[in-house]
Amino acid sequence: MDLQTLTYIVVGASFALYIGIAIWARAGSTGEFYAAGRGIHPVANGMATAADWMSAASFISMAGLIAFRGYDASIFLMGWTGGYVLLAMLLAPYLRKFGKFTVPEFIGDRYYSQTARIVAVICLIVASITYVIGQMKGVGVAFSRFLEVDFETGLFAGMGIVFIYAVWGGMKGVTYTQIAQYCVLILAYTIPAIFISLQLTGNPFPQLGLFSGTEDGTPLLVKLDQTVTDLGFKQYTAQSGGTLNLVLYTLSLMIGTAGLPHVIIRFFTVPKVRDARFSAGWALVFIAILYTTAPAVGAMARLNIADTIQPGEVGTVEGSLAYEERPQWFKNWEKTGLLVFEDKNGDGRIQYYNDKNPEFAQKAEAWGWQGNEMVKVDRDIMVLANPEIANLPNWVIALVAAGGLAAALSTAAGLLLAISSSISHDLLKGVFMPKITERQELMAARIAMAGAIGLAGYFGLNPPGFAAQVVALAFGLAASSIFPALMMGIFNKRVNNVGAVAGMLAGLGSTLVYIFWFKGWFFVKGTEMMANTPDNWLFGIAPEAFGAVGAAINFIVAIVVAKATQEPPEHIQRLVEDIRIPKGAGAATGH
Amino acid sequence: MAEPQDTGKAYWKANIRLVAYCLVVWAVVSYGFGLVLRPVLDVIDVGGAGLGFWFAQQGSIYVFLILIFFYAYRMNALDRQFDVQEDE
Repeated sequence: MDLQTLTYIVVGASFALYIGIAIWARAGSTGEFYAAGRGIHPVANGMATAADWMSAASFISMAGLIAFRGYDASIFLMGWTGGYVLLAMLLAPYLRKFGKFTVPEFIGDRYYSQTARIVAVICLIVASITYVIGQMKGVGVAFSRFLEVDFETGLFAGMGIVFIYAVWGGMKGVTYTQIAQYCVLILAYTIPAIFISLQLTGNPFPQLGLFSGTEDGTPLLVKLDQTVTDLGFKQYTAQSGGTLNLVLYTLSLMIGTAGLPHVIIRFFTVPKVRDARFSAGWALVFIAILYTTAPAVGAMARLNIADTIQPGEVGTVEGSLAYEERPQWFKNWEKTGLLVFEDKNGDGRIQYYNDKNPEFAQKAEAWGWQGNEMVKVDRDIMVLANPEIANLPNWVIALVAAGGLAAALSTAAGLLLAISSSISHDLLKGVFMPKITERQELMAARIAMAGAIGLAGYFGLNPPGFAAQVVALAFGLAASSIFPALMMGIFNKRVNNVGAVAGMLAGLGSTLVYIFWFKGWFFVKGTEMMANTPDNWLFGIAPEAFGAVGAAINFIVAIVVAKATQEPPEHIQRLVEDIRIPKGAGAATGH
Repeated sequence: MAEPQDTGKAYWKANIRLVAYCLVVWAVVSYGFGLVLRPVLDVIDVGGAGLGFWFAQQGSIYVFLILIFFYAYRMNALDRQFDVQEDE
């Protein structure tokens, strides 16, 4: 069977599974639509959370990021997992005890302020919409690359699938599909990784293979360092960024992870407070399977690509691969435009090296090399082309396509749910039309979901110029506004309405200004106040790393302002005392 | 028998202490071993790279996992000890 047909069958089967689950898990009440009736087993919720959290970026792009940044990319590995420690110890159990449906609802009730609730809704919607655009783009790209349909057709197919199970099943449908999607994506990720690790190191566990010896006995990482420095690139295991920046970047990602509403609401679905604690651990188990494999995938793919293009000694004529002798996977990915070769010196051989390294460029010139001829090596190839590089059968390639789609769809659905519940529950029921019945609210939630899917699709088709910058924005918003407000709401009884709003606005404002300062106001090109280079950054802190500073500003402003103003009323102090102890959590569905 | 409010306070104090210990470990393995102290730890070789590199790309994640399960287990014990656990 040819690859095309096989891919259609595998992807089609996974979609049929998701739709089947949607029909089975229809939501009948707001409790089921927002929180799956609070009946999800902690292990199952952990699995759903892992799929919710791991996006197209985690599945497709992260290993490539590690492959090209080496050690410095450790910040993504630690930052996107360490947040679960904060979530498990500082937020999830208490918010589950509070027993409501949305993140802004907690902020509004705890700070007895509609203003606080609305500020939280705005942060949530901006962070989630920007994040969902990337997923929709991922769906379109995966479709067009593997099934060779138009980007638009792929996007509409993805929207249609999400529409069916998210509008119909709400949190209940989304949870069970996410569990299925996790299984698809983790198989698709680990199978090629295991084979590549076996081929390079003889160890079936990529986590161990990364630190094992290769065929000739040299450790893999030593060999990789040697290979890349021979071509003028920086040493793989060396640090190149400033330490303060790396620390703050990691901290921002951790705080941002813990503050992302679509992750937090997953912990509202478990029956008990103690389930919320364990569930965060299970989520990290399922995430760690991918996150500990990713650095091995990155390093091994980088070595494979370098060894393929430079099979012999650097500098000799035969050392460079003749273009005519390039392997089949190379040709396949050239067709997609993700690998581009340009024979600059006309010798019919491929010279792949770092021509931006002046010392090495001089040496290369002496060899008759006239610039790096691999003019494009897209990072995403590291995962997508893996099965072909390892000569794995076609069904594995088809599985990788289904895995990429599962990663994008599961995250999109989680984000859309966070958006629609904050519109129907916080804005409509909470602020504008408090008198609507449950049936009307459920209908409103479904309409809001449909609207959010439409909006996400629109932005997927017409991506705003800032699409690439959204990660910084989403994490910056979550870290600087939502996380501190939630944490102080639980751990500091003295913080009152005025303090919380002032803190959120100060954290949010400072972070936005810092990001816009270097990336342009509202990401409009040409409005940058300064070039986005390390020399210009305040103490060498990158805009993406500023969320942690914004969070610190939030904490300080909120506590100082609260001290200077009136203490929170008696019933709020009692509310805080109540959420601190597990006793009396409503296990049943609904309010 | 202590007053319910005192029980709540003692429970909360024990919880804060546990969280603080866990977060110290959390910070030491990631920001410490993985980033700031890496040059020191890299003296110890782990498969061609240093121990610091191993913590940055593998070890810290494993420690995070152990921490969450340890915390959940200890908290459930504290819930029972102070009699604030959920009703079955």
